[in-house]
Amino acid sequence: MFTSFMPSLKRGACAAAIASIAVISPAAAADLNALIWCDHADPALLKPFEDANGIKVNVKEFEGTGAGFAIVDQSQPGDWDVMVIDSIDIPRGVEKGLFEPLPEEQLPFADLYAEVTMDGSTKVDGKRYGITEKFGYNTIGFNNSKVDAADMQSMNSLLDAKYKGRIAIYDYYLPIIGMAALSIGKKTTELTEADLPAIKEVLLKMKANSKLVGEVTASQTALATGEVDILVGGGEWVTAGLAKENPALDFSVPKEGAILWSQSLAMFSASKNKDMALKFIQYVMSPEGQARLATSSCYWGMPASKAAALDDAQKKILRVAEQPEFLKRSQPYPAPSAELDKKMQDLWTEMLQSQ
Amino acid sequence: MLVTPALLWTLLFFVAPFVAMALLSLNFQAEGGMTVANYSQFFTNPSYYRAMVNSLQVTGMVTLISVLLAYPFAWILAEQIPPRLQRLALLLAILPFWTSYVVRSYSWLLVLAQNGVVNDALLRTGLVTEPLQLANTRAATIIGFVHFFVMLLTLTIFASLKQLNPSYRKAAADLGAGPIRSFLYVILPLTLPGVVVGAFLTFVLAIGDYITPQILGGNNELLMPQLIMMQIGRRGDFPLASALALILMAVVTIAYIACARWLKIERT
Repeated sequence: MFTSFMPSLKRGACAAAIASIAVISPAAAADLNALIWCDHADPALLKPFEDANGIKVNVKEFEGTGAGFAIVDQSQPGDWDVMVIDSIDIPRGVEKGLFEPLPEEQLPFADLYAEVTMDGSTKVDGKRYGITEKFGYNTIGFNNSKVDAADMQSMNSLLDAKYKGRIAIYDYYLPIIGMAALSIGKKTTELTEADLPAIKEVLLKMKANSKLVGEVTASQTALATGEVDILVGGGEWVTAGLAKENPALDFSVPKEGAILWSQSLAMFSASKNKDMALKFIQYVMSPEGQARLATSSCYWGMPASKAAALDDAQKKILRVAEQPEFLKRSQPYPAPSAELDKKMQDLWTEMLQSQ
Repeated sequence: MLVTPALLWTLLFFVAPFVAMALLSLNFQAEGGMTVANYSQFFTNPSYYRAMVNSLQVTGMVTLISVLLAYPFAWILAEQIPPRLQRLALLLAILPFWTSYVVRSYSWLLVLAQNGVVNDALLRTGLVTEPLQLANTRAATIIGFVHFFVMLLTLTIFASLKQLNPSYRKAAADLGAGPIRSFLYVILPLTLPGVVVGAFLTFVLAIGDYITPQILGGNNELLMPQLIMMQIGRRGDFPLASALALILMAVVTIAYIACARWLKIERT
């Protein structure tokens, strides 16, 4: 997407940007500089690592791989040490020459749920560039005190007039398009442009039945405050963190299946602090790190490692015992080509604009 | 010589980024070659130009409602409030500016929610039997905007009213004009520059605002700033985002030219 004009543009703006780069660039090389999602900003996760290693972890939050890569493009090589990224997007980073192969023998791959190692994405040309740290489902989140839980076992209920105006849709095109594909019996890994008209029909019906389309905070707030009773695309990442305050919030994996989301950690090849970066990845993948990440204040999710030190209450909220069944019925995020991705995003824009 | 710093500032922080954005929007390649594909995408894709239509409709409504509310408010402040209390009244009027824009929008979301204050009051008084859908609508976006901009307009109109020479009103009365005629033919035309300045500022600030429609509109329709943000956040498509931003800027420029000309006519 970035043209060859981008580097020259950056050079042109360099003089003016030097001062600001000095301000916005990550701090000293002795620190660890991490491009993260909000769940990694929780002091409960970072502080034990900082204390144990006597360093500071400087974090910058971003949403969406495109935004993350844009930050990297605007930084100096070596500014960043590690990055949290959608597992399916790791090949994009490898293609851009950003990531360093990880030493598999020094990471606890044997502890991971086999279904979430995502070798098809985390390995490129036989080399491992990312390790899955957390996963979950984009499925149906709902308030079980207001919605018939049996209805939530089928995606067709999302189009039912009975729930008109009681539904929010999570504003992220890939999982929702994936769910629409599942509802018409398509596999997310086999989607082509020819499937888009049928998917569009489902999306437009879903939108017509919904009250709002919201990003993470908006959709979570809508479900938590009772503005809506159902969140399409929701899952444990919405309901688990709110379980104590509102135990009625629940999620289902309907008969059609759910979309498996998975986030990974990757190390930058230009990192000046690779030893510490590896230590950080090892810490996050340790039983304690996994439990802290899974129950982060920003959002909960399943730890990728079966060895995560979760207590019984946390395991119950995350429905750990049901994971084998959920994983069996889940399909990965659609991983479209650049061309199909553009068409999917246009379809999403059309859905948002539909009345 | 004295204007050099200002000139440099403008070159560095306006002209240079503007040119860079324009080149980016054309997918300019260092080795040559440009395309207007990003612009044609806007004009040929209904979902894209619909965002501009939505923006103009929302901004137009916001500007109109804000003017209609702000004028009487400013009139009361200027004419009915004793001079010694006007400072306090102005202070109260600008209080909304002191709170975070995001917090204010989220507050409105809670007020307008299904279980919010407004629906609660409507249900208790029996005016409705079912909660109304107020949040996550275009109306909510407009309410959020109006709450903010009516104060801005009040300030500009208040300033115009205060600058008005009281003898104009007396002269109109001496010549037999009643209060309504005096207002329509003397006061209103003389205070229109303040109205137009405030309306223009409202238009510019509202049409470029991302936060309010994103929080209060429920993403049930896209406005231009949301469409631009989608290109950056989701696609990392800076060329298309630049093209859309320049189209938005062109609309603002047209609005400016319209207002500038109008004001000029009024002043001659």
